Amino acid sequence: MIEIRNVSKTFKTEHGDFTALKNVSLTINDGEIFGIIGLSGAGKSTLVRCINLLERPTEGDVLLDGVSLVALPRKELLKTRRSIGMIFQGFNLLAQRTALKNVCYPLEIAGYSRADAESRARELLELVKIADKAGSYPSQLSGGQKQRVAIARALATNPKVLLCDEATSALDPNTTQSILELLKDINQKLGVTIVVITHEMRVIDQICDRVAVIEDGIIVEEGPVSRVFTNPQSNMGRELILSGVRHIERVVGEKKLRVIFNGESTYEPVISNMILETQTCVGILYADLRARDGKDYGYTVIQLPDDERAVEKIYAYLDGRGMKYAEEV
Amino acid sequence: MFSDMFYKLLENHIFLIGIWETLYMTLISTAFAYLLGLPLGILLNVTDRGGIYPMPAFNSVLGAVVNAFRSVPFIILMVALLPVSNLILGTSLGNAAMIVTLIIAAAPYVARMAESSFKEVDAGVIEAAQAMGTPTFKIITKVLLPEAKPALIVGAVISTVTILGYSAMAGTIGGGGLGQIAISYGYQRYNDDIIWVCVALTIIIVQVLQEIGMTLARRTDKRIR
Ligand SMILES: Nc1ncnc2c1ncn2[C@@H]1O[C@H](COP(=O)(O)OP(=O)(O)OP(=O)(O)O)[C@@H](O)[C@H]1O
Ligand SMILES: [Mg+2]
Repeated sequence: MIEIRNVSKTFKTEHGDFTALKNVSLTINDGEIFGIIGLSGAGKSTLVRCINLLERPTEGDVLLDGVSLVALPRKELLKTRRSIGMIFQGFNLLAQRTALKNVCYPLEIAGYSRADAESRARELLELVKIADKAGSYPSQLSGGQKQRVAIARALATNPKVLLCDEATSALDPNTTQSILELLKDINQKLGVTIVVITHEMRVIDQICDRVAVIEDGIIVEEGPVSRVFTNPQSNMGRELILSGVRHIERVVGEKKLRVIFNGESTYEPVISNMILETQTCVGILYADLRARDGKDYGYTVIQLPDDERAVEKIYAYLDGRGMKYAEEV
Repeated sequence: MFSDMFYKLLENHIFLIGIWETLYMTLISTAFAYLLGLPLGILLNVTDRGGIYPMPAFNSVLGAVVNAFRSVPFIILMVALLPVSNLILGTSLGNAAMIVTLIIAAAPYVARMAESSFKEVDAGVIEAAQAMGTPTFKIITKVLLPEAKPALIVGAVISTVTILGYSAMAGTIGGGGLGQIAISYGYQRYNDDIIWVCVALTIIIVQVLQEIGMTLARRTDKRIR
């Protein structure tokens, strides 16, 4: 378990102090995939770098399984970092080492013999399905292949946690997809806790269990992806997740209703049935639904009729189905 | 076509001896200049503000000392350093004395050369190494040096050629080699042909060194292939 407790980080720059993180507290549970989303410059990288103390918090503490990392002597901290793997947007492979030797690197640092390091490295390349490229240098690999090698390297010392700082941001959609699947696979097979930093909601949506939204160094919202993505509470959350909705205001001026799908409706066309049962016409303005395990998550924004009684019927229908909804302004 | 002096020097193998002296002065000086300059270059890089072991005050002082040495024209530095040779070897004349001054004069140059090679190492790779729990000293030996190796080799070629140039100047103050032949048999005795022969030989040596070094750098670098 990772506990980030009241972490603040202030950088001293030529133009004065800059506080990149303000009193951030988060708890990341064992075995979960936790997402942190925010705009560029929000402090995502700073936050994730505070987890393995590449960046030392100005205030606050970071605990890994109850052990304060801030209080650890340097030697112990270096050892602890072996149980926190990290991958990056730019892959950061050693350019003068082959894929195999890159994976050997953390093992050499951990004191493995050359032979042991190589056999373990081969296992890992096998795991990330790139064993055939063991002898290739990074310059001979594609972005996706490089990230696979980087993942293998990060996993070499059997970490409990894997930190991913924009790990798919330099990849095309298909490659992104395959890397995300690999991460999910690793999470399930090895039980590694994964922290995913991204500015792409797609990434969070696909693999994360819980998500935190960060804005200007402050966590403005946190919760299960199914909740935050369907019904974001913060302005930043809305902006990031529901950015498609904002133009609706311009389309119509009347009363609008957001109907939230939180997995209640299984294989049931709720809106269509509502129209049939209440015998009222509604306009569908926007919909963003995702199916997960046969359940719908997301929301639909509908335009309500002017007729008050018809509106009441709609509310009653939705209440009857246990659907959540909210009036849009 | 050639002067009598040319044939006389040729008969006595003076050119061959000159080539040999130039080569060994240059190569020995370069080797020892690296022994001093490479650790200095590492220190300059590592203790820099964004380095892996920042020591800004120390870095400024070291940088200033290196720059002081580098800003003095080489020929003046050599003369100024002759007492140091005298102190170490008991003489300020001859090739050995020249090698001592060459080493001291070239080390700061080598330090800056090496520093700039280390600067080229991707900061992200160093960050990854730190994230994997690498102690500072191992980052130097396992990341900085291997990753900078091709750039270091290119730098070494350039340094060698520069030091070869310095060694020719040493000919004016008591050193041997092609520089000394050009000056005492060519310039001072009005034999232009001897000057030109020395120039041609120097160019050939530089070309050969350059070719060997660059091939080595290319073979080492795994980034391009
Ligand atoms: N070493 C530093 N010194 C000064 N300011 C810094 C430093 N590192 C980060 N910052 C500042 O802190 C803020 C947050 O940076 P950070 O890299 O964490 O953002 P981010 O959310 O990861 O952005 P991106 O999506 O662009 O990677 C930025 O305004 C940045 O300029
Ligand atoms: Mg970032």
